Amino acid sequence: MGNVKKTPFYEKHVALNGKIIDYNGWLLPVQFPQGLVEEVHDTRKRATIFDVSHMGEVSVEGKDAEAYLQKILVNDVSKLKDNAIIYSPVCYPDGGVVDDILIYRINSENFFLVVNAANTDKDYEWFQENLFGDVRLQNLSPEYAQIALQGPNSKSILQELTDIDLDGMKFYRFQADVSVAGVNSIVSRTGYTGEDGFEVYCKNEGAQALWDAVWEAGEKKELRPAGLGSRDVLRLEASLPLYGHELSREITPLQAGLNRFVALDKPVPFNGQEALQKQKQEGISRKLFGLEMLERSVPREGYPVMAGDEEIGWISSGSYSPTLEKFIAMAFMDPEVAKQEEEVQVLIRKRLYRAKITKMPFYRRD
Amino acid sequence: MKYNVIEGLKYTRQHEYARPEDGAAVVGLSDYAQDKLGEIVFVELPDVGAEVEAGKSAAVIESVKAVADLYAPVDGKVTEVNEALLDQPEVINQDPYGEGWVFKVEVKDESQLEKLMDKPTYEEFIIKEEEEEE
Repeated sequence: MGNVKKTPFYEKHVALNGKIIDYNGWLLPVQFPQGLVEEVHDTRKRATIFDVSHMGEVSVEGKDAEAYLQKILVNDVSKLKDNAIIYSPVCYPDGGVVDDILIYRINSENFFLVVNAANTDKDYEWFQENLFGDVRLQNLSPEYAQIALQGPNSKSILQELTDIDLDGMKFYRFQADVSVAGVNSIVSRTGYTGEDGFEVYCKNEGAQALWDAVWEAGEKKELRPAGLGSRDVLRLEASLPLYGHELSREITPLQAGLNRFVALDKPVPFNGQEALQKQKQEGISRKLFGLEMLERSVPREGYPVMAGDEEIGWISSGSYSPTLEKFIAMAFMDPEVAKQEEEVQVLIRKRLYRAKITKMPFYRRD
Repeated sequence: MKYNVIEGLKYTRQHEYARPEDGAAVVGLSDYAQDKLGEIVFVELPDVGAEVEAGKSAAVIESVKAVADLYAPVDGKVTEVNEALLDQPEVINQDPYGEGWVFKVEVKDESQLEKLMDKPTYEEFIIKEEEEEE
């Protein structure tokens, strides 16, 4: 394995008998011995720890930092308060998506962006191309490790290790420069599983100590490790988009149904604004819908969706859902046809399997 | 050995087993194969009466993450399929050599069976494959 990178937690995964794969150039565990289905249940019912150090981090600082972000993001950061986070797609002028990212506002002149691992280099180039005014960009990705602690027991595990009041931290809020087991960290109430949970960022030097402390605190609370496989299923159950599947160079945020993250009428022009406004007015020919299989079969990415003889779309993500005990999928379909039909078919190895169009998210925690 | 390999069965390089039964063979996935695939959630069976060909796909086994073909170990006509798997595919994980059998085939050419791996050979084959993976 030539040019692959190891996160600071690589040895931990090996010691826990994780099955390691090359994920976009990172050696990461796809699953642990308890298996993907158990990892999903562990996350929904107790707590799991994910290594998400492959995610990229970029700092944006300077007097014009906010104005700069207003130009590159489709969401509106002007309403964002200190210690709060928003989600936003980043678009090309034609409305295609560069990446979907999180924006942490430390203060009005200092933001911390979290980007997809596979897109980090591409994003950073795009951010640089769009630079103006007093803005300093820094790619912090190589310096940062990150864990995601997810599930209902997460809070009590993490609270043992920090003095900040986690109860008082709302969803999509964070605190920077806090101590977690003596390690200087950024702690946010975020995640990619549809469950309550936290993400903790620290510099690589502190990573081992952070992991060990979380692991020890989690011992009494049934904390278990989880890998990329269950992470993908968990996010599908929660209907969270994944770049490369529900978003891409060719798929706009409106097609992916992310309208509430697209501030079309933002008072300042932003990349993709005109194209997205036009798309909104003219209507879209492909939109993301949820599907639930009515016959046992596994809907997988790329399978055609049919209404009788007519191909009306394709599956972007699909899987067995351990939580719902159903087979579910997200699919891009012609919204006109989807409006008329309750039932469609998925073409799997030359056979049609019935599916019904369902509301998303498939799973929402109580 | 971490995986259960049963004496008296024949094994393919794609990790199917064939259990010889006077003139026929019961076919399924080896314990190693079911473990590598993970939780099995869907099985597509051949039709009874279908002619299968050694080395060609005869059934489809899907786990949460992967789609895998089950290749016929020998040429022949399918005489029985394990329909219980349609509703409970996870039985393959639980009992691959017993309740988790997939189909039964009439063996045309016994020499095809003889060429498959026996227990010690298959065990070595697994060990090699595991080493290559690492």
